[in-house]
Amino acid sequence: MKIVVLGVGNTLLEDEGIGVRAVEELQHRYTLPPDVQVIDGGTAGMELLESLEDADKLIIVDCVRVNQPPATVIRRIDDEVPAFFRTKISPHQIGISDVLAALQLRDRFPKHLALIGIQPKSLETGIELTPEIAATMPQVLAMMVEELTNFGVVVTEKA
Amino acid sequence: MSKRVTIDPVTRIEGHLRVDVEVEGGKVSKAWSSGQMWRGVENILIGRDPRDAWAITQRICGVCTTVHAIASVRAVENALKMEIPVNAQYIRNLIILAHGLHDHIVHFYHLSALDWVDVVSATKADPAKAASLAQSLSSWSGNSVQEFKKVQDKIKGFVASGQLGIFTNGYWGHPAMKLPPEVNLLAVVHYLQALEVQRYANKIVTILGSKSPHIQNVAVGGVANPLALDSQSVLTVERLLAVKEWIDKLDDFVKNVYLVDVAAIGAFYADWTTYGKGIVDYLSVPDIPLDSKGTQFAMPGGHIANGDVSTFKAITSFNDKYFTDGVAEAVKHSWYEYSGGDDKALHPYKGETKAKYTDFQENGKYSWLKSPTFYNKPMQVGPLAHVLTMFAAGHAPTKEYATAALDLVSSIAKTKVGIDALHSTIGRHAARAVRAAVLQDELVKQWDLLLANMGKGDLKTFNKPVFPKGEQVGVGFHEAPRGVLSHWVVIADGKIKNYQCVVPSTWNAAPRNEKDAPGAYEACLVGNPIADPEKPLEVLRTVHSFDPCIACAIHVMDEEHTEIVKVKAA
Repeated sequence: MKIVVLGVGNTLLEDEGIGVRAVEELQHRYTLPPDVQVIDGGTAGMELLESLEDADKLIIVDCVRVNQPPATVIRRIDDEVPAFFRTKISPHQIGISDVLAALQLRDRFPKHLALIGIQPKSLETGIELTPEIAATMPQVLAMMVEELTNFGVVVTEKA
Repeated sequence: MSKRVTIDPVTRIEGHLRVDVEVEGGKVSKAWSSGQMWRGVENILIGRDPRDAWAITQRICGVCTTVHAIASVRAVENALKMEIPVNAQYIRNLIILAHGLHDHIVHFYHLSALDWVDVVSATKADPAKAASLAQSLSSWSGNSVQEFKKVQDKIKGFVASGQLGIFTNGYWGHPAMKLPPEVNLLAVVHYLQALEVQRYANKIVTILGSKSPHIQNVAVGGVANPLALDSQSVLTVERLLAVKEWIDKLDDFVKNVYLVDVAAIGAFYADWTTYGKGIVDYLSVPDIPLDSKGTQFAMPGGHIANGDVSTFKAITSFNDKYFTDGVAEAVKHSWYEYSGGDDKALHPYKGETKAKYTDFQENGKYSWLKSPTFYNKPMQVGPLAHVLTMFAAGHAPTKEYATAALDLVSSIAKTKVGIDALHSTIGRHAARAVRAAVLQDELVKQWDLLLANMGKGDLKTFNKPVFPKGEQVGVGFHEAPRGVLSHWVVIADGKIKNYQCVVPSTWNAAPRNEKDAPGAYEACLVGNPIADPEKPLEVLRTVHSFDPCIACAIHVMDEEHTEIVKVKAA
């Protein structure tokens, strides 16, 4: 089994860093079995290709703009995820959407996909999350854990 | 009547760039390049420990992580007048070279080839003919008829399903697409193979950098890789042998596929050697230091004026005043203000990062990028500048690969193509491929140097930095994949007092400077043909030829944002 939890985002732009902060928190708070890889993807693109190849389950955590109030947390599953990417052209063009498309082209696309997205409040320069977005962390963590547990992964909270 | 075309954002690049062109009589008459995001990272660094700056600056951008880490530690080491162990130089050099190869391969195949290669046309190719053409050009093992047939079937499936996936947004069938179907298929086959090969370069960075995408092994004073001949959990000979395996695999692709493809595709687009010249003042810096002080380099760098290689003036050390005294940044046309007035450029040590946003004003302020100059003139930086300056410096491998590439183009195009053809849009791609071959050979040399030095019993990788009281200033420069990168730091009592990053894409994508002289993109776009203003493929060709990276990498996913090309009467 290859299960990947990928946090993406730019940690220098306040809430843009929520994905990276969330996977850090996951590693900090929980003990995960060795077949779960937790990756801080930053703002990388093609460098991630190999890490994501042939995953049985890929969970992406990222900042998303979905015309919802700040701190709204959304979840998209399987086919909804590439569809979500297909309709957008992000300024960060060689980001995760191209990696997913490249995985598809190489027939090494993840079998199961989940996207946990958080609507940001501020993308100003700064390395802290805004308090409103930081406050979504328990919900984001719970969703990550739920995704893992539903996939049969045993997740234990550290003492 | 002239037309105004606005492309916002320019796609298949890193970051958010807007380009406006005025089109008259089917050609670009004027151009504006506008960075649409603010990069305020410098302000985050003020007051912090200089030893942490590299880890923060490498988050500026998704594709340039390693380069900011390298430039940052070099700047702090320069301020402290430090020497670093040669092993640390070799390990950093290996990372720099592998990262550069990764960048060049991904840039050519995945970010820009589709400006020249028509994927839909590839479905109409005769795979046997395409494979035989490929075999006539190189000995690459991936050029079999079966492989070509397999890839073509896959593409046909994509096209039939209406889901082009990664190939969506291409200008398929555009009148400026000139390759025969067989050459298109050849390029698509290598596009797919390049996805595999780029992983090898990334593996080298990951093993040496302890982590990818963000390396963790760099430190002010050296690297944090403990070296050992045998012990576990450190950089052992065994792991270095694994690195060597990836180096050898890359070699075959770079020389037998990448360099050959650029020459072959370039030969079909000979007219593009006459477009995109623009600024012919070139700047590069020496890199791949071979000693602990940074006074000897494997790859030379310097300045060329007016496109004339005989004017070459070398930059010779990390302390060379010719470089450090020559750089300044203007904000007359940028959304910043200087306390002493916007009509004067400032040296980076005195640099200010204070925002002053207006709307897009084509005669006023219109970009978040500053406008860097070298002795008051805008420069072109990047692989073309690097190859021309290395050529001018008499660097033998550069001469060898540049000559080989131009000879191959000449034989395919059946006309003599000389080095002057490089001052162009297609020339920038050719120079990048030549540079890749040079980087590849240097990767092998640096690996040998590291192993030989370890064999002598020298395992030192780190000198501890000491921060004295008072103020120190330093610059760290690096010839990054996109060109000259420099970080400028002012340290006071062990804390950062000022920090400025002058990045390659700022040199190239800069707005007009304090004297209203256009930046490299702006100058290079003038004269470009535009067949269809609604589909300005030719603009993308020239902009993409620079490998743009508007270094700030915001990448919020957005459900509704689509690329917009607006055309209106000017």
